[in-house]
Amino acid sequence: MAPPNGPTDFRVERVDYEDGRAVLVFAGALRFAEASLVWADVRELLLDAPPTVRFDLSDVERIDGGCMALLVQLRCELESAGVDAAFEGARGQAAELYELYGGTGRPCLRAPPRRPGLLDQVGRVTLALAGELRAALDFVGALCLSLVRALRAPGSVRWRDLAPLMERAGADGLVIVVLINFLVGFIMGFQGADQLQRFGANVFVADLVGLSVTRELGPLMTAIIVCGRSGASFAAELGTMKVSEEVDALHSMGFDPIRFLVFPRVLALCLALPLLTLIADAVGVVGGLLVGITELQLTVVAYTNETLKALDLLDVFSGVVKSVVFAAAIGLIACQQGLAAEGGAVGVGQRTTSSVVSILFALILIDAGFTVAFYALGV
Amino acid sequence: MGWGPDAILQEDANFEVRRGDVFAILGGSGCGKSTLLRHLIGLERPLAGRVDIAGLGAPERRVGPPAFGVMFQGGALFGSMTLLQNVALPLEAWTDLEPEAVEAVARARLRLVGLDGYEHHLPAEISGGMKKRAAIARAMALEPELLFLDEPSAGLDPVSAVELDELILTLRRGLGLTVVLVTHELESIDKIVSRCIFLDKESKRIIAEGDPRELRERSDDPRVRNFFHRRSARRSE
Ligand SMILES: Nc1ncnc2c1ncn2[C@@H]1O[C@H](COP(=O)(O)OP(=O)(O)OP(=O)(O)O)[C@@H](O)[C@H]1O
Ligand SMILES: [Mg+2]
Repeated sequence: MAPPNGPTDFRVERVDYEDGRAVLVFAGALRFAEASLVWADVRELLLDAPPTVRFDLSDVERIDGGCMALLVQLRCELESAGVDAAFEGARGQAAELYELYGGTGRPCLRAPPRRPGLLDQVGRVTLALAGELRAALDFVGALCLSLVRALRAPGSVRWRDLAPLMERAGADGLVIVVLINFLVGFIMGFQGADQLQRFGANVFVADLVGLSVTRELGPLMTAIIVCGRSGASFAAELGTMKVSEEVDALHSMGFDPIRFLVFPRVLALCLALPLLTLIADAVGVVGGLLVGITELQLTVVAYTNETLKALDLLDVFSGVVKSVVFAAAIGLIACQQGLAAEGGAVGVGQRTTSSVVSILFALILIDAGFTVAFYALGV
Repeated sequence: MGWGPDAILQEDANFEVRRGDVFAILGGSGCGKSTLLRHLIGLERPLAGRVDIAGLGAPERRVGPPAFGVMFQGGALFGSMTLLQNVALPLEAWTDLEPEAVEAVARARLRLVGLDGYEHHLPAEISGGMKKRAAIARAMALEPELLFLDEPSAGLDPVSAVELDELILTLRRGLGLTVVLVTHELESIDKIVSRCIFLDKESKRIIAEGDPRELRERSDDPRVRNFFHRRSARRSE
């Protein structure tokens, strides 16, 4: 890098004496902008360090903090290699900086940080996992307690936030839910159309789309969208509140963060997600319908009739029931992760990530559970 | 007290605050003043020993009208609420006042700390010093007899800082308020603090306790003297 003001104007040379002493004589101005040159020059001069080294600063006109720090560091390195290294001749500003940067103190022999071994790391991860599990169980415990108290004193839940939260989770996400579910219905229709056409069973595309959208894809896709929107947002919001002591402030004012923050959010999702799911079912069917009338030469009436024939109320209902459980999972995991945030912006980011990942995993797990249960019950 | 057995900050924090005191916790940055405050208000439980507040017992996370007001070092205002809503929050929850009365009281509290005209601003829209003042207004919302303040005057301009000192003195005289605060302001220590403790990071102990004016004159601990006489520890070594 070119120095800012003109050519380099520092010099350093090494003078070797017969008694095995080497003196590095610095002269001129040592600026931090040229620090890499200073560093390289000095390093080179010290490749074969004699037992005694002196840094002579008496001709230095100007030196700044960065360069001084580097010189002090060099001296530390020499000392730890068993060389007797010291500064001499610092005057005026150089002397002041020299003191400020610890040149007079004992050399700082920092032991390099020990690399943790494999067993050590495994142990740490295990402990961390156990800690997470405990935190989650603690949360469930606190949740149950708060639930009982909220049932006894419903006024202690912050109902006022419910409507705005529902708007944020539901209404604001409507466009993306409609768009994605329409496309899902459309894709299902196309995938089915190809196969069904071979058997001349064109009209059954309505059955295929209707059933898969209402029972499975509508609730699941909507939950995934809501996880990305509201789950992440709740985790980040509560996480930020936690790290900026707002949650502590709630405690100190006699509020229960679970009743104040968690319940309104979980409830808002439990109300909004089923509604979104019903809308998703409808637009999914419309997506299939579009394929039916454009590709399969079906009429709107024929498609609709076939859909109504294929669908039971129970199909739609089972999807809605599922969506309520999805909503509770999204809200609870997001809030638990958010409230567990620690350590500033990085902590909030980590908790947001892990909340989204855990929610997605939980959604699939819950879905599998429902599928098995419905199968066993013959629903 | 500390953050788990790995990080013990203070080993023998034994002291008493009397009713009507303006009690200061002093000490260098990072010595655990805020942490001590968190223990005093029951957010953290000491690794050994206990905190006892007369008439209340050990403070803990309790749901219900709070027995004291707290101002955190960063203010900890709720970002989604305006200043007025922040101050009104404890009033709405823990008093039977009508909404208009709640608003009137909240406005009065904000006026007390010089924030009239900012009632409908969000915390993100005001300066750091203003946040502190709003947080003090919120801590005083319920007229507590005991107030915990973490560096109330840090970041305030000299005039606001003096006004705050006067406010604390007035409240103490008029209402017998007890204040426990963390502060570094020598002037306000001199003016309002009646007793103080001095924490030290290295020895993890309280190294001085008593009237700050006396400590300044008589303490022979160099750390305490440096603090009160604004001397750098580095130069005096
Ligand atoms: N959440 C935490 N987990 C672990 N250690 C913490 C945590 N918060 C603070 N500490 C440690 O506790 C020590 C004391 O912190 P504290 O905030 O109490 O200091 P302080 O005396 O209030 O300082 P300041 O005057 O700068 O506010 C710090 O050294 C910090 O490293
Ligand atoms: Mg602090």
